[in-house]
Amino acid sequence: MTAKWTIDGIKEALAAKKISARELLADFYKRIEARNPELNAFLALTPERAGRQADRVDALIASGGPLPPLAGVPVAVKDVLSTRGTKTTCGSKILENYIPPYDATAVERLEAAGAVILGKTNCDEFAMGSSNENSAYGPVRNPNAPDRVPGGSSGGSAAVVAAGLAVASLGTDTGGSIRQPGSFCGIPAMMGSYGRVSRYGLIAFASSLDRIGPLATKVRDVAAILQTISGRDPNDSTSTTAPVPDYVAELAKPLKRPRLGIPKEYFAEGMDSGVRQKIEAGVALFRKLGCELVEIRMPHTDYAIAAYYIIATAEASSNLARYDGVRYGLRIPDDSLLAMYRKTRGAGFGPEVKRRIVLGTYVLSAGYYDAYYLKGQKVRALIARDFRAAFTKVDAILTPTSPVPPFHLGERTSDPLQMYLADIYTVTGSLAGVPGISVPCGKIDGQLPVGLQIFGPPFGEARVLQLAHSFEQAGGPDV
Amino acid sequence: MKISREDVLRVAELAYLDLSEAELETYCAQIDEILEYIGKLNELDTSKVEPMAQVLADDQSADATLREDLTVPCAVGEDVLRHAPDPEPPYFRVPKVIER
Repeated sequence: MTAKWTIDGIKEALAAKKISARELLADFYKRIEARNPELNAFLALTPERAGRQADRVDALIASGGPLPPLAGVPVAVKDVLSTRGTKTTCGSKILENYIPPYDATAVERLEAAGAVILGKTNCDEFAMGSSNENSAYGPVRNPNAPDRVPGGSSGGSAAVVAAGLAVASLGTDTGGSIRQPGSFCGIPAMMGSYGRVSRYGLIAFASSLDRIGPLATKVRDVAAILQTISGRDPNDSTSTTAPVPDYVAELAKPLKRPRLGIPKEYFAEGMDSGVRQKIEAGVALFRKLGCELVEIRMPHTDYAIAAYYIIATAEASSNLARYDGVRYGLRIPDDSLLAMYRKTRGAGFGPEVKRRIVLGTYVLSAGYYDAYYLKGQKVRALIARDFRAAFTKVDAILTPTSPVPPFHLGERTSDPLQMYLADIYTVTGSLAGVPGISVPCGKIDGQLPVGLQIFGPPFGEARVLQLAHSFEQAGGPDV
Repeated sequence: MKISREDVLRVAELAYLDLSEAELETYCAQIDEILEYIGKLNELDTSKVEPMAQVLADDQSADATLREDLTVPCAVGEDVLRHAPDPEPPYFRVPKVIER
């Protein structure tokens, strides 16, 4: 069976009793069993929890009761999101045996809406990476081209959806970690505005940047999942009280000749020619849809990577101080407490995480704080200003998601700076806090997916989704 | 050179992070290259720019989002200790620190 289910398709099939939630679940586990050994996209499966949830859904159907919006929908969750009673490793050896005592709010909300949690997906260690090659549990392979990376850090979450092993998944995005793997695997993937989704239970990487968001095979399903997980949560003071619109209902509204900004800086040198060709075709399709295209300037774009890697590593060095071998995770014993800390952290963290802790500690250390950390925060303000200025002229911004198509496994691992530079189009929106989606925009040579990114103003998720949906319906994924 | 071997050692000590000789050497070279790149921020005059620590707008200020400081029961203590590296309920056990 290779048919791709959607949320609506499942709803209909369950209501018509063509399949039960239990049978659907069994079918998905069969697919996972067949395909996961090659892809390495799931780190853990949760068959008991999933089975109980499927039984609840089937009991509801039998009783004729109304079904919640995601009833029976099999979903996967990135392994940086806490799941009660199930190992949550963050792709790290230091949390190899960590079992959280509670569920992340996003996970809880999915289950409350009827979704069935299949298991936990592989990712770069502590969500630090752009290729999923920084996982302590081995890289994930791209379902479109198994010798290539799926992107990162939510590589597993993107791969399972693209391979039909889950209907949707949750990822997390700090500098592009939902959007870029969505682009590399050829599926829509979205981060809402900073504050839109509660991060309670998300194991922190960089707190002023981290966001949780959905990946799915259709924009409509992305909208449905985002709607479910959005909204105020008393357990996360950064989650906002802003009302959550009915994103799915908003999709049906016609586009009212929106003005779309094309930032010149995002189309400068450094973009792969195959990516450029697809993005230009995608932009042309938006024109055909009746959108007005406006060239805009975002002059601080070129400084975003430098500002991002100061701020993200500084926050990471602080957040990751908690892994000391005392309360959870790995401990390397020693007679001295401080030696125990040092040995535990030295043995438990992988190379990229150590590199970022060293860099982040350095930019925060006495004598360098002003030159690096404060400077980074000031440049962040300038980048946010670029976005504010742009949204006074246009309704949304179109860019490529990644300057390059999915690359080969091992191709870029030896040069961290080169890996960082590939985040150029995604980190800007992360720093500014705006919502963004990557939507499929053709495949180079019919094989390597390209993603087109749409940024909206803060809390403009409905507009972003509407544009992505129209693009998808008009054949965007096949340009 | 933006960063020396001694700088990396000092920072690793601050971060309680054991690094091997090989790691020290690799990170020193790689972080030097990254800092060199980050230096491009100095092309921008930011003397009149306020630093931005987070993105939440005024209407999302702490007043709007902080809950009242109430005690709520939380019964995860046993669960937490069960998976700790060296628990002795209701405590976490660590090496002796008195000598320091």
